[in-house]
Amino acid sequence: MTTVASFEINYLQYLSPNGDLVGDKKPNIATNYEHLKSIYELMVMTRTFDTKAVALQRTGKMGTYASCLGHEAVHIGIGAAMEESDVFAPMYREYGAQFYRGVKMSEVLNYWGGDERGSNFSGPQHDFPWCVPIATQCMHAAGAALAFKLRGEQRAAVSVVGDGGSSKGDFLEAINAASAFQLPMVLMIVNNQWAISVPRKKQSAGRTLAQKGVAGGLPCIQVDGNDYIAVYTAVKSALKRAKEGKGASVIEAITYRLSDHTTADDASRYRPDDEVENAREFEPIKRMRKYLTNQGQWNEQLENQLIATCKAEVDEAVEEYLNVPKPEITDMFDYMYADLPHDLEAQRRYALEQEEKSNG
Amino acid sequence: MAKVTMVDAVTMALAHELRNDKDVVILGEDVGINGGVFRATNGLAQEFGEDRVIDTPLAEAMIAGLTVGMATQGMKPIAEAQFMGFIYPMFEQIVCHAARFRNRTRGRLTCPLVIRAPYGGGIHAPEHHSESTEAMFAHIPGLRVVAPSSPSRAYGLLLAAIRNPDPVLFLEPKRVYHLNKEEVEDDGEEYPLDMCFVDREGTDVTLVTWGAMMKETIEAADKLATEGISAEIIDVATISPLDMDTIHESVEKTGRCVIIQEAARHCSLSSEIAANLADQGLYNLMAPVKRVTGYDTIMPLFKMEKKYMPTADRIIDQVRKVMEVS
Repeated sequence: MTTVASFEINYLQYLSPNGDLVGDKKPNIATNYEHLKSIYELMVMTRTFDTKAVALQRTGKMGTYASCLGHEAVHIGIGAAMEESDVFAPMYREYGAQFYRGVKMSEVLNYWGGDERGSNFSGPQHDFPWCVPIATQCMHAAGAALAFKLRGEQRAAVSVVGDGGSSKGDFLEAINAASAFQLPMVLMIVNNQWAISVPRKKQSAGRTLAQKGVAGGLPCIQVDGNDYIAVYTAVKSALKRAKEGKGASVIEAITYRLSDHTTADDASRYRPDDEVENAREFEPIKRMRKYLTNQGQWNEQLENQLIATCKAEVDEAVEEYLNVPKPEITDMFDYMYADLPHDLEAQRRYALEQEEKSNG
Repeated sequence: MAKVTMVDAVTMALAHELRNDKDVVILGEDVGINGGVFRATNGLAQEFGEDRVIDTPLAEAMIAGLTVGMATQGMKPIAEAQFMGFIYPMFEQIVCHAARFRNRTRGRLTCPLVIRAPYGGGIHAPEHHSESTEAMFAHIPGLRVVAPSSPSRAYGLLLAAIRNPDPVLFLEPKRVYHLNKEEVEDDGEEYPLDMCFVDREGTDVTLVTWGAMMKETIEAADKLATEGISAEIIDVATISPLDMDTIHESVEKTGRCVIIQEAARHCSLSSEIAANLADQGLYNLMAPVKRVTGYDTIMPLFKMEKKYMPTADRIIDQVRKVMEVS
C-alpha cells in the first residue's frame, strides 16, 4: 500500500498560562510592549463592556445577549491582525475584533437592544453584521474573497465559526470554495468547547477541528486561543499568505466559553462547575496581565486607572444606547427595497396612520 | 431584427450586461464551457472569459452564499440554479441574507444579485426537476420574484432584474424555452418590473396567469373567442411585489376573474390574488373568483405530469362557470 496523502496539525502557543513566553522562536510582537499594552486595555474594555451588557439584559434594559467572556484574545487577535480594507464576517460574539475595527459599543448594545440600526455600524462599511444562522457567514466571506480575487485587489476576508458551526455544511462548503477558487480568506474556528449544551467531543470524532480544512488542501493550524500573541501571529501570517495569492487557511483557536451561550441559556444545567473554574486559570486577560507585569510593563496603579477608564467609557456607551431616539415606524418599510414597491406604500401609509392613532 | 427563442433571449440579455457592466459575473454549475444544461449561457465563457462566467463546485448553498458575499461588496453576480428543484439548499441564503441585508443594515450593505432558475413541468424531466414553488419565495419580504412568459419579456425583464439594486429570483419557464420565436432587438432596453402586462384586451372575463401557463391561457382565450366570450389576459410577470392595481382595473371592467397557475393551489400566488380581489374588489365581481391550478399533490413523475398541469380545457371549464352568473 502506498500513502497518497498525509497531514499533521501543529499547535501554536507563545504565552503560557503563567504568563511566560514559551517556544524557541518569539515573534517581534511578543516584545512590542506598547502594542501589547494597548491590546490588554482593549481586552479589559471588552470584558467591562460584556459584563455591563449582561447586566443590562438582566435588568430588562436590553434583549438577549451573547457574551464573549473568555474569548477576548481570539477576537481581538483577529481584529488586530486584519487591515481596514479586509472584510470581517463575524458570528455574534466577536465584539473585540469589531471594537478594534471601529464599531462603537453603543452600536452593539443597540443591536442586542432590538434595533436594526445597530447593524449599520461604524468602522469599515464593507464589514458584515452579526450573523445568527450558524456558519452561513463563511460563504459571505468566500464571496467577498472571490470578488477581491476577480478584481485583483490586495484584500482578504475573515470568517468566524464556533466548534458547533464547524459541523455545518456551510462551513465545509466555504472550505471547498476557498480551495477550488484559491480564495484570499481565513476561516477561523473559535473552539470554545460548547455549542450551547453540546460539548466539543460530540461535534466530531476528529482529533482536531482544524483538520477539516485538510479536505480542501488548505493549511490548517491550532492556536492557543487564550494567547493573544499566538492568535495574532497565526492570523497575520494567514492573511499575508492569502494576499500573496497563496490561498486560504483554517485556524482553530482553542479557548473556553466562560459564560452561558446567551443570556437565555443556563450553562449550569449541562456543564460541571469545576470545569469552568479550571478554565478560569487559563483565561486570556489574566495571562496577558501576568506577562506584562512580569516584564515590568504593568502595575496595580495602571490597572486601577484602566478599570476606571473602562468603566467610564462603558457607562458613556450605555448612556448613548439608552438615549438613542426611537426608530420610526416607517423605518420598517423604507429599507426593504431601494425603491418602495407600490403595495408596500399602501402598507406604509396604514402603519403610519395606526402609529398616529396610537400616539393620540 | 433577429427572431429568437426564450432561452436565446436570456443569453442575449446576459451577454449584453456582461459587455456593458464590468461588475456583472455569472456563476453556477456547468454555466461555463458547457453553456448551462439548457444552454442559457452558451458561448458566454468563450466570449467573456472564465473569470466572468464561472463554473463552480457542485454546491448550491455555496453558489448562493458566494453570490450574496459578492453582491454585498459591490459586484452584480448572476447565479444559476440548474433547476428550481435544486434551489432549496439556496433557500437559507436567499431568505436569511439576500432578502435582508439592505433592511437589517439600514442600507449599508445591499444585495444586487439575480438567481436564475428554470422552473415548471412538461419536459419529461426526472424527479425534483419540475416544481413550481414560486409562492415560497413570493412570501419572503425583500425579494423580487419574476417569471417571463415570452422571449421579449425574458430579455427585457432579465435586463431589469440584473440592473435592479435588490435581489431578484428570475424564474424561467423551461417548458416554453424553445416554444416560440419572437423578434427581439438586442438594444439593452429593459422592461419594467413590479407591473403586470395586459397581454390581450377583453370585456367578459379576466384571465390572470404567468410563465408557461400563458400558452394554455392563450389557447383557451382563442377557443372562448369563437364562442363569443371575450377574455382579457394578464401576464403577472413580477410575481412579487405584486401589481394588483392592473388586475383590479381589469376585473372592474370584466366583472369576472379566473386565475391560472401550474403550482399547487394551497397558499399560492392565486390564493393571494383571489384574497386581494375579495378584500379590495368584491363589488366589481359578478361571479366568484375561480382558480385553475395544479393539484395539492407532489408534482408527479412525467407519465402523469400532463394530468397534473392545467390545460386549456380546464381553463375553459372554469370560465364557463363564471360566465353562467350574469
